[in-house]
This record gives sequence, C-alpha cells and structure tokens, in this order.
Amino acid sequence: MNMVLPSAISATPNGTTRPQVRIVIVGHVDHGKSTLVGRLLHETGSLPDGKLEMLKAVSARRGMPFEWSFLLDALQTERDQGITIDTTQIRFRTRSRDVVLIDAPGHAEFLRNMITGASQADGAVLIIDALEGVRDQTRRHGYLLHLLGIKQVAVVVNKMDRVDFSAERFKEISDEISAHLIGLGVKPSAVIPISARDGDGVAEHTARIAWYKGPSVVEALDELEPARPAETLPLRLPVQAIYKFDDRRIVAGRIESGSLKAGDEIVIMPAGKIARIKTVESWPVTPLQGPQTAGRSVGITLDRELFIERGDVIGHVGASPRDTRRIHARIFWLHDKPLSKGDQILIRLGTRETRASVVAIEKAVDPGALSNEETNSIARNHVGEIDISLAQPIAADPYHESPRTGRLVIEVNGRIAGGGLVLSVDAGQRAVPVDIVPVESALRADERSARYRHGGAVLWFTGLPGSGKSTLALALERRLFTNGGSPILLDGDTLRAGLNSDLGFSHADRSENIRRLAEIATHLARNGHIAIVAAVSPAASDRAAARRIADSAFREIYVATPAEICESRDPKGHYAKARAGGLPSFTGITNDYEPPAGNELTIDTSRRTVADAVDEIERMLAQTGILFEEVADLAANI
Amino acid sequence: MHLLNNESGKARLRASEPKEGIKVPRKILVEEPATAPSMDHLDELEAQSIYILREAFARLKKLALLWSLGKDSNVMIWLARKAFFGRVPFPAMHVDTGKKFPEMYAFRDRYAKEWDLDLRVEPCPPIDSVDPTLPPAARSAARKTEGLKLALVKHGFDGLIAGIRRDEEATRAKERVFSPRGLEGEWDVRDQPPEFWDHFNASPPQGAHLRIHPILHWTEADIWAYTRRENIPIIPLYLAKDGKRYRSLGDADITFPVASTASNIDEILAELEDTKVPERAGRALDHETEDAFERLRVAGYL
Repeated sequence: MNMVLPSAISATPNGTTRPQVRIVIVGHVDHGKSTLVGRLLHETGSLPDGKLEMLKAVSARRGMPFEWSFLLDALQTERDQGITIDTTQIRFRTRSRDVVLIDAPGHAEFLRNMITGASQADGAVLIIDALEGVRDQTRRHGYLLHLLGIKQVAVVVNKMDRVDFSAERFKEISDEISAHLIGLGVKPSAVIPISARDGDGVAEHTARIAWYKGPSVVEALDELEPARPAETLPLRLPVQAIYKFDDRRIVAGRIESGSLKAGDEIVIMPAGKIARIKTVESWPVTPLQGPQTAGRSVGITLDRELFIERGDVIGHVGASPRDTRRIHARIFWLHDKPLSKGDQILIRLGTRETRASVVAIEKAVDPGALSNEETNSIARNHVGEIDISLAQPIAADPYHESPRTGRLVIEVNGRIAGGGLVLSVDAGQRAVPVDIVPVESALRADERSARYRHGGAVLWFTGLPGSGKSTLALALERRLFTNGGSPILLDGDTLRAGLNSDLGFSHADRSENIRRLAEIATHLARNGHIAIVAAVSPAASDRAAARRIADSAFREIYVATPAEICESRDPKGHYAKARAGGLPSFTGITNDYEPPAGNELTIDTSRRTVADAVDEIERMLAQTGILFEEVADLAANI
Repeated sequence: MHLLNNESGKARLRASEPKEGIKVPRKILVEEPATAPSMDHLDELEAQSIYILREAFARLKKLALLWSLGKDSNVMIWLARKAFFGRVPFPAMHVDTGKKFPEMYAFRDRYAKEWDLDLRVEPCPPIDSVDPTLPPAARSAARKTEGLKLALVKHGFDGLIAGIRRDEEATRAKERVFSPRGLEGEWDVRDQPPEFWDHFNASPPQGAHLRIHPILHWTEADIWAYTRRENIPIIPLYLAKDGKRYRSLGDADITFPVASTASNIDEILAELEDTKVPERAGRALDHETEDAFERLRVAGYL
C-alpha cells in the first residue's frame, strides 16, 4: 500500500506563499499518535478520494475493525508489528498554515527515530492517554523536546471518551504535565482534551467537552510559527570546504546566524586570523551584491591568503565565537554502551570534527523516571551533563547565545551515538582575536632567486621509516648548497625534540605535527628557500593539508622503498622495538601508511644509488620551475 | 524570488533554452534589490540541498550522482552546479536499462555536453539474472538495482547521490538524508542511525556505500516550481499531448501517462494543487502487490 497524499504547494503559481510549519507528534506508545494523525488528515480534507473507503474495505477483508492508524502503517513490517517504527512525513493544511507532520515513534526502542523526526520540527504535539496518564515515554519525550530546542509545544489529552470526558481527570493530567514541562523551561501553548477516534476536540468543540474553552488541535496548529533563521544574532559561518575549481579560492559554508557582505572584516576561529571578505560568489550570477543572511549556503573569497580549513567558524570582529578545548554540555545518549568518564569520543560541532575525552559526568538520569536517581555513567536513552576535553581547539558558543553553533553530536564507531547543548565553554588562552597581517620581508622574491638560482619550494619526502627519506634529504641539501642554493632541512624527529615536543603519536597529534612542519616550510619557501621536509607523514589527509598550506610551492616525493627492505635497514632500531611491542603506534608494522596519489615523484631507494636519485629530484625541480636552467638564466641576466 | 538581471544570467537563459518543443515560461527580469530579500520556501530548500551536497563532497572519498534524466535528478544536477559554482565535481552516472524513452536519451546526450558532466553510462544485466519471485514490472525494474551493484563494484564509489523524495512514496518517506547501505547495497530500515541537526552518518564500513539524498525534503510541486524559477530544461514527455502526460519517467514498457491537459509548468503546478492522484500512478511496478516496492528498496533499489 502506498500512502499518497496531495502535495502541499507552498509557493503557489501566483507567487503567494503560506507559512509552512513542521510539527512532530510525540508521546508514549499506544497513546494514539497515529490515530490523531489519521483523524487530522480526515478533518482537514487531506485524504485522497476513496482512500478511507479502501482502508475500511481492507480492514474488513482482514477481519479487523477499522483503525485511523492504518493510514500511516505504510510499511508491511509496521503493520505486522502494530507499531510505527520510523518517521514518516505527511502534509495537510489548516486555515493559514501548510503543515508538514512528522510522525515519530513512541516506543522506547526507537528513540533514535523519535529524535531524528523531532529535530526537524518547528513545534510539537505531546499526546497523553487520559486513562493511563503521564508515562515514562511522555516525560522522556518532553525532556527531549527541551534538549532539541523545540519551544512550541501543545499537549493533547487523548481518549477522553475512555474517561467519560471527565473535566477532573483532564485537569489532573494537565497539571502534572504542565509542571513537568515548565520545570524544563518549556511552556505548553495549550492543553487540549480530545478523542482522536471520535473527533472531539480535533477540529471542533463538541458538546461532550463543552467545559473546555481553549483551542482545538487544528486551531492550535494554526497558531504555530515556522522557525526563522537567526538573522539578528552575530554572524556564524562554519566552513564546509575550500574550493579551488578555477582561479578563485572560495570558502564555502552555510550562514547559521547573522549576515555577511563583501567588505566585511571577519575573524576566522579558532585561530583568530583576521581578513576582509573580497567577494560573495555564486552561480550562475556572480559576484552577489548586498548582504547574505542566515540560512543561505554561500561562498566567499578573502582579501588575503590565509590558511583556513573545514571546521573553522567565521564571525565578525568583536562578535566571534569562543575558541576552546573544554566544553560543558547537556546531552542525551543513544548508544547501547553507557557513556562513562574517560571514554574517548568523536565530537562534531558545526562542520568541525575532533577527538575528545569525557573528563567528568554529572547529573546522569533517566528522564522518563519520576525520581531523579543519579548514576555515574549515562545509559542508553538517558541524559546527563558532561565535561569534554577536546584534542584540538575549536570554535564554539554556549547554546543560549547561539543555538546553531552551540550544539554538538557525539559519534562512536562512525555512528551518531548522542547529542546535546553546549552549556558553557572554557575560554582558550587567546582572549581577543589577533590581527595577524604579516610583516612582509623587504627583500623581493626576484632578488632572492637571482642569488639562489631557484625559487622557493617545499619538498616533502614521505615514506615508511627506513625508506631513505633522511638520506635523500641530506644528499639533496648538500647538492643544492654546493650549487649556491639555499636549502633548509626540516627533519620530523628534530622538530619533535623542540618545537613539537608537546605532541605525541595520536592521529590528532600527528596532524598537528604535520601542520606545524608545513607552516614553517611554507614560510621558508615564501622567502625563497627550498625547505626539505623528511617526515613519515602516513595520513594522506595530513599531506593534503600540507599541500593546501604550501599551495603551488609543494612538491611531494614518495620514497617507495619496499616495506621488508625498510625493516631490514631499521636505522633507528624502531622496527625491532615495535616488533617487541615497545612502540604501539609505530608506522611500518601497523599498516597505517597511506601511499600518495598525485605526488610529483616516486623513488624506490632499493633500486638506485643516492646520487642517481638526487639527479632525478633536480630534474623534477627544474621541470616544475623551481630550479633555474643555468644557461637560459644567465642569458636572461646579461 | 531569484531574479536574473545581468549578462551571465541572460547568457545562461539562452544556453539552457531547449531547441524545440518546450517553451518554459520566462521570468520577468527586474532590478535586483540592494539588499537580499529574505528567503522564500524555494530558497530554503535550495540552501539545505546545497549544504547536503557539500557535506557529501567533503566527507566521502568517491562520489557519483545518479542521473535518471527525470525532473528530480535534473534539479539535483542544477543544485550541484550551484553548490560547486558551476562545475559538478563528480561523475554523473546513468544506470541504463536500455528501455528508456528516445526523448530521454536525446536529453541525456545533449545536456551531458552542455552541462559539462563527467557522464558514465552503465549497463544493466539481462532480466534472467533478476529474482524471479518478483512480480513482472518490479522484476524488470530490479535490473536497475543489479546494474547499480555492478557499477559500484566497477568504480568503487563510497557515496551515491540519489534524487528520491519523501513525498513520492511511503518507503522513501522513511529514508535518512545520509543512508547507510550493507555490503550488498541493501537497506536495513529497522536499524537506521539517528540523524539530526544536519549532522550526518558518513562513515560507511569498508566495502559498503552510502546513499545521499539531497532533495529528500522536496515535494513534486517544489521540483516544478524550482524548475520554473531556475529555467531548468525538461524532457517534453512531462507536458500534456493529446490529453495525457507523464508525471514520472521510467522504463518505456512499464511507465504510463496520466490524463492531463497541463502543457506548461504553470499548468502542471495548477494541476498538482487539485489532484489526488499519486505521482507514481503511472509506474506499474508500484502497484503489483502491496509490498513490491518495499521489497525492491530493501534490496537496494532507489
């Protein structure tokens, strides 16, 4: 059976629009969500012709009494089980609204689906069975609405026919749920007595609920306001990517709050670098004039070349997000294994991804339970507050200041396992953004290259330990120096002894090690030197980051000596130590080396002499414009 | 409302003007206001789709966009060009059953060139290799699933961008934006990961792939309204001829036109306003048995 309903047309042919609101119906299992949805579709004239009759016939054929909920039971599996397992979306209209109705499952088993559905909603209807009253899923869903940031909530007390439309019973439930929600900071817009099965209170006030003076469900839905993009808050543009499809270097992302336009002075967090927006790029019309506001996916170019990457957040100077390595958050947890102190997790905030560890857990409770019994880990479907220590600084806001950049998700084994709101951030060491417009050298590039007979470059030797990177790097350094050039060797291990002594061998630390190497090497290259970097640099993504930093000065040389030869050489004794278990994350026996693709040169040192290899590197440098051909160049200077 | 008033906008309008048959209504060109107007419904849909496409491109290693040549995947290509500033930075793959309408092949060959797409046409295996317990039309359609699996193995894609929409059909309404697939391409509707706040599960296990659905939240009417606004070319079969038109295009032998007098997009939108006929009414494979389409999707159909 295909559940097909007429499409809501929000942009009508004559150009007028009706506000579209997305609502979710939540509550305890069997309290009547699907029945209410079926009834709403009927009352708003949204059912396809003949659908009701067809469903009644199907029910009769199956020997079952007709249920409104059949309308939603679109999947075979659902019908067999009698519960809604996932989020469906259905559209109908009230007097002044196009309503997209997200039906979320009430069964505790499917809380992840309830959250998936509810997170898309502008408003929510919390449904309660008049006979059963407030149950654990009622409370849990109420709590999650608060954590998901849904402010517009209407409560319906369903199955009033089962309690003889008792105003007393209604008041009892209304008082209990109102107290619960207000305690969470959510004020219900209405509490409505209904019978979804019979229709009382859904679209009309019937005589049986004559004592009730508030709005019907349809009237309450008609009052909902669509969530508006946060145009009035400070600018937040999380960077999704940097594109260089042509000569433009476009920083792409979606404006989560505020607005921007060409000429704005911006700060890139967490690094605190300052730049100006040169243009706002688009397609097919570009560049765009005028401000771009929250909600839009944009691309901008900057007035200077700065290192900027996915995960950075752009704000205006003076109103930027905080940079922090420490976050306090209120979260819900969906993973089978409880979240405990000391757990290593992956955090996603905006477009930033970072490893983190759980430093402390507070106030872990079951939001469905009446008593607030605290535990020291956060179990599945429970909530709690946690302190997280991040592997790298990130840009973040407290949720109450900037909702879209003040919430995060937690990933375990590549799957979203929880999420929540940033309650506070510990400010990083940098209190104010720094304007780092660099002081340019007084020497011109051509003055330097005339002396050195080469341009600046970053030569990046990558390969397994023992592959011969340092040997080649030293030989090349000697050769270039002998010819009057200015080579400078940057050895990974040498830098680890000083500048990088705070770094270990985790993925994050290795990335940071490579980033620092690349920044230093690029600075040298900009000043005309040939920076020779010898670093295992096993991760392709780290080397790609290095290439982005050094840009056109980058030359990657893959020292592709076979692994068994590297191990037999073992110049530093690392292989032997690793085999004996003494170096747990030693690249070479852990198979985590990712060979490059698109590198400028590949050299296997088991097949050729050092001198021969250095010749070939020189040829590559000459062909790619780094080394000047002697004769041609002398002639040019006569 | 999006207004085109400069030279590049006009140039594009000319470039995408179909040579014959279709007359897409022109927008009136007026001055672009100094401040950007607040976003309308189509702007919101567009911004969300662009965000999804950019996330897919940032987080997956080897992407392809499934181009079925229909109205939805054409909108999707248009959105990809917007997301990446005119260039679609991954292949457009047409898994070809060999039984499409001639108008569809003509469209493909023309616009693959005009839009500078990296087109990959992948064949489907013969009907004999498809599950014989499926009803005839569904079995015929399942060839596409098999062709898709072969193409996945051949190219090693870890992400496939597909133009399905929640409002099309009930099982599609259950989809995630980033939808993980098993090693055989199958979809486990009962164990979908949570997805919220535009954070997506984008780490497929080794050998498996993800489906990415950038227009999941669009409706049929949204697609037409956007096609009209952006002046995106369409296959003429969508417009009524002799009282019939195709609302959805598939294999020529299992797709049928519906009664309609809508001969342009305005009329299509007006028709959709009133109709209670489902979009896929002309797709035989949906109507053979109650669960035929669901069985196809669980096995990896789009």
